[in-house]
Amino acid sequence: MALPDLAVTNLILPETPHAVDLLCRKGHVLGVSPHAPGTAYENARVIDGRGLTLLPGLTDAHAHLREPGQEWKEDIASGLAAAAAGGFSNVMCMANTSPVNDTASITEHMTKRAAETWPGGPRLFPIGALTRGLLGKELAPMAELAQAGCVAFSNDGRPVADAELFRHAMEYAWDLGLRVIDHCEEPTMSPGAGMNEGRVSSRLGLPGQPDVAEAIQVARDVLLADYLRIPVHLAHVSCRRSVEIIERAKARGVPVTAETCPHYLHFTEAEVEGYNTLAKVSPPLRTRDDVLALIQALREGVIDILATDHAPHAAHEKETPFGEAPCGISGLETALSLSFVLTDKGMLDAADIVRLFSSNPARLFKLPHNTFTPGDPADFVLFDPRQAWKVTPESLFSKGKNTPCLGRTLTGRVMALYIGGQPVFTRGECAPAATAAASRRTHGRSS
Amino acid sequence: MSWPHKDLLDVSQLSRDDVAVVMKTAASFREINARPVKKVPTLKGRSVVLFFAEPSTRTKTSFDMAGKRLSADTFALTKSGSSLVKGESLKDTVLTLLAMNPDAIVIRHGESGAAAFVAERVSCAVINAGDGRHAHPTQALLDAFTLLEKWGTLADKTVCILGDIAHSRVARSNVILLSMLGANVRLCGPRTLLPPSVDGWGVEVHSDLKKAVAGAHAVMCLRLQLERQQAGLLPDLREYAGRFCLSSATLTGADPDVKVLHPGPINRGIEISSELADAGQSLILDQVASGVAVRMALLHLFITRKDRGDKE
Ligand SMILES: [Zn+2]
Repeated sequence: MALPDLAVTNLILPETPHAVDLLCRKGHVLGVSPHAPGTAYENARVIDGRGLTLLPGLTDAHAHLREPGQEWKEDIASGLAAAAAGGFSNVMCMANTSPVNDTASITEHMTKRAAETWPGGPRLFPIGALTRGLLGKELAPMAELAQAGCVAFSNDGRPVADAELFRHAMEYAWDLGLRVIDHCEEPTMSPGAGMNEGRVSSRLGLPGQPDVAEAIQVARDVLLADYLRIPVHLAHVSCRRSVEIIERAKARGVPVTAETCPHYLHFTEAEVEGYNTLAKVSPPLRTRDDVLALIQALREGVIDILATDHAPHAAHEKETPFGEAPCGISGLETALSLSFVLTDKGMLDAADIVRLFSSNPARLFKLPHNTFTPGDPADFVLFDPRQAWKVTPESLFSKGKNTPCLGRTLTGRVMALYIGGQPVFTRGECAPAATAAASRRTHGRSS
Repeated sequence: MSWPHKDLLDVSQLSRDDVAVVMKTAASFREINARPVKKVPTLKGRSVVLFFAEPSTRTKTSFDMAGKRLSADTFALTKSGSSLVKGESLKDTVLTLLAMNPDAIVIRHGESGAAAFVAERVSCAVINAGDGRHAHPTQALLDAFTLLEKWGTLADKTVCILGDIAHSRVARSNVILLSMLGANVRLCGPRTLLPPSVDGWGVEVHSDLKKAVAGAHAVMCLRLQLERQQAGLLPDLREYAGRFCLSSATLTGADPDVKVLHPGPINRGIEISSELADAGQSLILDQVASGVAVRMALLHLFITRKDRGDKE
């Protein structure tokens, strides 16, 4: 057996009771072996991972990085720094940039910016527009976009009302071997509403969006997937009604997959009280009953993956009356902590999180990932499940400080991210030999 | 008389005792409004900014008159009339208002929560003159004042609020205040104009006008925004009037001495018949007069609380 050039020792693997050492060579996993005190790994860089949990690098299938066009909210550099700090080795970015990612040159611009900004950093995988300009009128040039590097197609943020056009988009994407991701919202129902329709919206005098506005389009997509036998992926599912439709569809073998986001597992419409614009997100935060349905759906595989729907906005954009604020929560950096909070409550376990935030999304979109099998890319996260940290604007690398977690203390924090065996992000005490360049980039936000 | 509040955002923040203080103060100011010289020096040297980001001649005039009768200087800032607020964020408008160092800001805004947004950012009193669909506390207080002038108490009285409840800040504030004062509140309108989850409001809900007004001691009509038809909430105004227009005929089942209110401006023949609006049981003009007295009381209470060392 070849000798490791990197060994991270004394780690906890979610599904293994005893401590392990992770051995890597030339950017790939060599193996994971039980930790034996005193083992010397000669000629290897050895990192003591005592007390830390070893997770594979995460994949976020749904992020908004705002470049090109809205760099005051986020740019590819700050977005990737946030991704690294959140433990993500793969990031899929949505097409609602300005201009929209509906031509090869925009896709190429994105991937080039990522490579220039951070060679060896988190990998960026653009998602192409489903319709030209996201206008919902004609198909985007999907073959050209696929050729340029897009890994999926979506009209995220601008749901396609035209069922016939959506059907053709699914068919055309399928020919190219790629999947359509749909933002499910019947767009004629309460357009612009930023919260759930119900008791709280009635009392606050805010227009609400009912959960059926989402479920109606979930039902449409499921019917199309069943009829065409073409898979469709449903973005950020937020309510029980949608879960029930997906559950029945899957039981019948309809090729549908779905995601939800950590914020839908923690917050309810009550978070909007006081006209809290940080809790304004699309789809809106729902009720306690919806939260419980989503968690159960994740456990049972009805919902396949977690995604962040990272949607950064500038502070001044959220500092307005509720109705005027844009929708979105900055999510890359709190995602893993929020997910692990659910393990403390016994609602998910760590293996669920690995499946939901790493293996499932990577497999779904055919991205490189690590299952700790020899030969896998040495992408891994060192996570401290006990470290408490307060979410403050200064603690976030994203330009978007817009999260309802602001001011709260979360338990569990990403201490390091390695991609291809290289440390791309390290925090505080557990800092191994981070390269000077990576360190400069990840800590350079104050300049 | 201690006044514990910095701002008036909605009636839900007021206790029954607070409401009694407002009513008592308003009654004393109502007397001033009947004098030949309708001015007292109570707020001399004080300034009140009337910031109306959404047009409202009635409420603005009422506040303006209330301020002037107490000798305060009033400054109007309207969205259409001023380059200051055109396209400017509310935060920047607030900073500008703050620089003027007023004693009170009266705000009308199209967004729910806008008054609270301003109140959080300024040290002076903020009085909500209507924010989005959320609240219109001064209207509710003047409606209650008008009814109390007639009846002395609201206990065991039945008040029916009729019309577009879903989009009405007047209805929201009145449901809270009238219930607090002991009235039995009913709501009536087509299902499309009733709020979602209205069952949670703890009031009777009707879509049948006859049933809604049966035995009622007062019916409060709301203004119907005529564009509700385009929004698909109503087939047409003729049909709406056919089902919900209040008239002597549709009021036959109500209490014989039933009172009729309307916050104005009225769409005659749609919400209320013209003859009923002008009839003896109509309190519509009383509401206007009460409005000035109630707003005088509120300006007085909120602006002078610091002079009296009232608690924060
Ligand atoms: Zn979306």
